Amino acid sequence: MNWIRRHLVLILGLLVLAYTFVPIAVVVLMSFNDPATRNVYRFDGFTLHNWTNMCEDPAMCDALWLSIRVGLLATLVATLLGTLAAFALVRYDFFGRSSSNLLIFLPMAAPEIVLGSSLLTLFVQGGFAGQLGFWTIFIAHVMFCLSFVVVTVRSRLAGMDDTLEQAAADLYATPSQTFWRVTFPLVLPGILGAALLSFSLSFDDFIITNLNSGSETTFPMYVWGAARVGVPMQVNVVGTLMFVISVVIVVAVELNNRRRQKALAAT
Amino acid sequence: MADTTRRRGWVGYALFLPAAAWLLVFFVVPFYSLFATSLYDQSGSDFRGWEMTYEFGNYADAIEQYWQPLLRAILYAGIATLICLVLGYVLAYAIAFKSGRWKTLLLVLVIAPFFTSFLLRTLSWQLLLADDWYIVDFLQFLHILGPDDRLLNTPVAVITGLAYNFLPFMVLPLFASIDKIDHRLIEASGDLYANPVAAFFKVTWPLSLPGVVSGTLLTFIPAAGDYINAQLLGNTNTRVIGSVIEGQFTDANNSAIAASLSMSLMVIILVMVFLYIRRAGTEDLL
Repeated sequence: MNWIRRHLVLILGLLVLAYTFVPIAVVVLMSFNDPATRNVYRFDGFTLHNWTNMCEDPAMCDALWLSIRVGLLATLVATLLGTLAAFALVRYDFFGRSSSNLLIFLPMAAPEIVLGSSLLTLFVQGGFAGQLGFWTIFIAHVMFCLSFVVVTVRSRLAGMDDTLEQAAADLYATPSQTFWRVTFPLVLPGILGAALLSFSLSFDDFIITNLNSGSETTFPMYVWGAARVGVPMQVNVVGTLMFVISVVIVVAVELNNRRRQKALAAT
Repeated sequence: MADTTRRRGWVGYALFLPAAAWLLVFFVVPFYSLFATSLYDQSGSDFRGWEMTYEFGNYADAIEQYWQPLLRAILYAGIATLICLVLGYVLAYAIAFKSGRWKTLLLVLVIAPFFTSFLLRTLSWQLLLADDWYIVDFLQFLHILGPDDRLLNTPVAVITGLAYNFLPFMVLPLFASIDKIDHRLIEASGDLYANPVAAFFKVTWPLSLPGVVSGTLLTFIPAAGDYINAQLLGNTNTRVIGSVIEGQFTDANNSAIAASLSMSLMVIILVMVFLYIRRAGTEDLL
């Protein structure tokens, strides 16, 4: 009893954490579901069918493929631009630096429906109403991923001092050698984390995409459309895979990080 | 913060320019387009074109017709934010102060569930809150719910979904704030005969306020614009403003009303945020 009282906060915290995994358990469970009817979302029986026939509805795999392409391209561009901006904000002084923080912060704080509808009105007024599709989705995704990249990379950069870089310079490393051999490897975990975050934000976005996609259908839009008539259980296979893959990547990045820190501490 | 010296010169501009340009063109300028669209004559359409008539009456029309979904969205988001605050505080506090060497792992676990699709997570609640599932059965057994009461397709389900989906936005800023608190201050309050409850409300809570403020904002704002939860877990009487805006743009093809509603939502949120930050006394947060 005393033990429980002493650890009450930790126990409650772990309970909250466990609760956040309950819907994930449902997603995994439903990926093995053999539905009796499409109208009710419940577990009717076990099957591997969904896993072995992932593209039973080709429309789902088309949507998935579109989301992956948009996600990769948006992640690439957002990570590149965001990383450059983070370097500028931490390492350089320029006119408007402090007010630019607001420009970075606001897109993260604005409701998606407002971001999506304002972007749509821009496209319509610019005469692109007929060209809504891949590229407008891409533009929107880079826009809302950028701030998250800047913030993530910036916190990594701000957390390290430049003594190692100064040491490299003292040892006659050229600026580019210093950057690629010292600075970049140290910031890389932050950049990778930012890229992972970007991809999952892009892959998961529904509200902004839905307004700016024209006739294209991304994976979340497919799920949305299917939800009215009952989703095919294969979407849960995708959900399970997303979960497993991202956890594996995050854990790998974290372990690698730890190993490096240990190696650094040992020297 | 590291004592890095900041260099001056054109390189800084060159590095910052691409991102800034992207945000200016696709984030700042669109607000002008949205504002302009909100003043169009409502009889226009994307096909026939829109006429700018400085129709400020659009706002009155929009609010008069849709004040209910607007109010509902703010109410649902507000309640969900409070639930997130309670759950998130317990979790963030436990991770910051009680987890020892497991801290990083637990932080990873906090975000892990949210790597699965938002829509699929929300659909999961359709199963969890279904009439014949254990949660409803259990609540009926406890007589909290009557025999014919249900959870799915009610406001309770919508709020449950919101409070679940936006939890990490609360936990992470809270954690960042609580983790920074100097433990010796809490010990000192104990030495001065404060009981744990008093120590919490006089020391820990005030010191974590920046995290509380940014956490509640980062939860409330997206939750107020969300309509996925209201649509998938609610019914026709739980329609929220986001869904109305989307419908006005696409199905109804009335961009003028949609834009007025979007502007109104943003202004209402900005005013609420401003008042809230002033009251919390943390203007330096932004």
